[in-house]
Amino acid sequence: MRYVMVIDTKRCVGCMDCVVACKTENNVPEGYNRDWITEEVRGKNPTLQMEIRSERCNHCDRPPCVYCCPTGASHIHEGGVVLVTHEKCIGCKACIAACPYDARFVHPEGYIDKCTFCIHRVEQGLKPACVSVCPTHCMHFGDLEDPQSEVARLLSSRAHHSLLPQTGCQPHVFYLT
Amino acid sequence: MINRSQAAMNTLSRRRFLKISASTLLAAGVVGRATAALASATTREPKCVREVPTFCDICFWKCGAIASVRDGKLWKIEGNPADPLCRGRLCPRGTGGIGAHSDPDRLRTPLIRTNERGEEKWQAVTWDEALEYIAGKMQKIKAEHGPESMALFSHGIGGTFLKHTLKAYGTVNIAAPSFAQCRGPRDVGFRLTFGEDVGSPERTDIENAQCLVLIGSHLGENMHNTQVQEFATAVGRGASVIVVDPRFSVAASKAKFYLPIKPGTDLALVLAWMNVIVTEKLYDAAYVEEHGFGFDQFAASLTGYTPEWAYPETGIDPDTIRATAREMARYRPATLVHPGRHVNWNGDDAQRSRAIALLNALLGSWGRKGGFYTPSSMDMPDYPYPPYPKPAKPKVDNPDHKYPFAHEAITTGIRDATITGQPYPIKGWMVYATNLLHALPNEAETIRAIQQLDLLVVVDVIPSEIAGWADVVLPESTYLERHDELNVELFKDPFVALRQPVLDSPDDQKPNWWIAKKLAEKLGLGAFYPWKTIEEYLEHRVTEAGLDFAELKKKGIIRGPRQPIYFEEGAPAEFGTPSGKIEFYSPQLEKAGFDPVPRYTPPVAGPPGAFRLLFGRAPVHSFSRTHTNRLLSDMMDENAVWVNADIARRAGLKSGDTVRLKNQDGVLSNRVKVKATERIRPDCVYLVHGFGHTARGMRHAYGKGASDAQMITRYKTDPLMGGTAMNVNFVTLEAET
Ligand code: SF4
Repeated sequence: MRYVMVIDTKRCVGCMDCVVACKTENNVPEGYNRDWITEEVRGKNPTLQMEIRSERCNHCDRPPCVYCCPTGASHIHEGGVVLVTHEKCIGCKACIAACPYDARFVHPEGYIDKCTFCIHRVEQGLKPACVSVCPTHCMHFGDLEDPQSEVARLLSSRAHHSLLPQTGCQPHVFYLT
Repeated sequence: MINRSQAAMNTLSRRRFLKISASTLLAAGVVGRATAALASATTREPKCVREVPTFCDICFWKCGAIASVRDGKLWKIEGNPADPLCRGRLCPRGTGGIGAHSDPDRLRTPLIRTNERGEEKWQAVTWDEALEYIAGKMQKIKAEHGPESMALFSHGIGGTFLKHTLKAYGTVNIAAPSFAQCRGPRDVGFRLTFGEDVGSPERTDIENAQCLVLIGSHLGENMHNTQVQEFATAVGRGASVIVVDPRFSVAASKAKFYLPIKPGTDLALVLAWMNVIVTEKLYDAAYVEEHGFGFDQFAASLTGYTPEWAYPETGIDPDTIRATAREMARYRPATLVHPGRHVNWNGDDAQRSRAIALLNALLGSWGRKGGFYTPSSMDMPDYPYPPYPKPAKPKVDNPDHKYPFAHEAITTGIRDATITGQPYPIKGWMVYATNLLHALPNEAETIRAIQQLDLLVVVDVIPSEIAGWADVVLPESTYLERHDELNVELFKDPFVALRQPVLDSPDDQKPNWWIAKKLAEKLGLGAFYPWKTIEEYLEHRVTEAGLDFAELKKKGIIRGPRQPIYFEEGAPAEFGTPSGKIEFYSPQLEKAGFDPVPRYTPPVAGPPGAFRLLFGRAPVHSFSRTHTNRLLSDMMDENAVWVNADIARRAGLKSGDTVRLKNQDGVLSNRVKVKATERIRPDCVYLVHGFGHTARGMRHAYGKGASDAQMITRYKTDPLMGGTAMNVNFVTLEAET
């Protein structure tokens, strides 16, 4: 099993519903967010292109944050989901420095926090909060190793890219273009 | 907008928090406990979750929602899958709606003014004292001037019961900015053409459109939920999208054709499109033949409006005008030229909206799949109230039908009457859930009107700018804490929805129905409220409609069977115009002394070197009402002024620099950051509406960003219907250090 997120940049309008839903679902405190919106504009007025992306932890196959964690708090959970065990975390911030996506932050309570792919929901058969809320239905979540899954079919039929593949981290959030 | 730079900003505050927790022993203890709680929240289903279906009130779309309360605390709110409006998914504002309940800045107790109006100094009083005071003043106004001299400004479904109380008292002057400051010109333009409004929610069949034309409509930034969902569906399906906007909107980034039009010249473009479609005989001839009236005169009127003529006006080259006109014709009748919503731009707005209606008529999209469907609603009889008293005087807002096609009351007309005392004095205002100082143009006029009043009552959830001028402020419960009128909309699928409290108000806030009922009792009008509790009222209405109230309480929504929605399915092709047809040529307009077919006049020009000020919406805020909601302000807590990148470079400005805007009348805005961007034309600047709060009680939003409303000192009134066009203000940028 390999969980991935596939986000259709054609449909995404950058409304930030994913960010708000994550905050309420996961009690992310005021001033913090586990996901965010990036707008990338190319060209000169009036010939322009814009890609809008909902970004978060990429749940990499080769996660530098896990490799550098001195206590084992950052770890790879079933399905390739990268998680932080709060009780084991000493807040040393090595992972923050190692993550190429700026996906991690220090929670006011002292531990390192980030996107969990809403594993608590996934384990109940639900989709992550951001995927479930998206009014444009631009976000998809599922098992890449199941060739029948929606995510597998989307990735095999549509052009896509991931962020900073050159880092070699093997990110697992994909953007359809 | 949350982006990488904001993420960087957050890192700063994260560090700050870390320092605080590291420096106190107490904090270490907190870490242990909170961590355990959070760990449990992320690993298994929390113990006690209660779900309550209701409907959202962060905007007027009124999406069905299910709120979750976990261990007695409001946790989250999600879309009700049974709701045809939201289809199980709320917009970001709806998702963040729970922040309204916990907003530390919200009003808590009734307040009576102690100092001058506008000084925002009050004394907390009991509900009884506040309502006694209001009733006393209202009785005095009635005795001295008549009950018509009391006016109500009300926005949204929550105003239902206050309207009832005021009508029982005898007023006829009830208005909302949603007409003269928003969708009024569109409704008038469509009524004159098809004999019917587009309605709200709009009857646009976006999900089935093959070609979608958006003129200034920035769906995706403007988050009317069903429309945005259907827009994404259309884009995902590969529909041809044509976007006309001086700003490269989010919608423009999804478009096949982006037309960066010169602001204020949209009518010229629409006329040129129709010229092409008529000249090249691309229109739906059978549809026009069957349903049209006065087509030949209309067609003749278009002769001069060639794409070559439109080019210097609009800045859109003739080839693009022709290509887009042909694109629309290619997909007709599934081509939807969206009517827009906030359309008070240049003063020719009703005629421009009529031109958009006519373009749709040429394409045969009215009543057709992928165009404008025919909506229906549940049959819900009204509550049997006693009849209202007969008014002794007519309404003040539109004396002698100066604006002959206004079919709703004009807010600014009531404001004029309040200032001048003509046709008769207006001495009291009650204002429900609408921040008139941000909604009406020229705030100085609003303040002048307020100074003529014997009574200004504001009922609201937050201490808005208009509340700052009130004699009495009444704190309302949020939508999560109250019942409201049933939501029975004209829509694709008929339904009835219930709003019911999820939890109690935190302080001494009260629901609007309670306020309205108690005020009626104080005014001796208790007979107008035969019901004792709101549930009794709601149950009566639901039962009379043959539905089960217990079921509605449980599900939040009951749906009715879908009716035929397209002409081809059997929806009646009827037009409520005098001719009973689609009026290409309008004898009504001619008789009233207006152009029977739309005619172009160029927009007012600004002073040299000044930029036209445009404004619009952000997806995470509604009007000026959500800026103290911490969940939503966390997404966007200030606006920025969009300036074309080249212009900014020449002015030595870069993104993040601070400026003030100065308008043509010398009014200076709050300090606001620059967003230097390729995404806007060089001749205009853009602000997201609703920021730049000056109300001191809105502590969290105070002074953040600039208010477009403050810059809108001028407006141009639509001669057909009294709408106030606001894109007629010009600003320069004053550098700040
Ligand atoms: S569109 Fe958004 S804010 Fe408006 S009612 Fe729906 S969820 Fe609420």
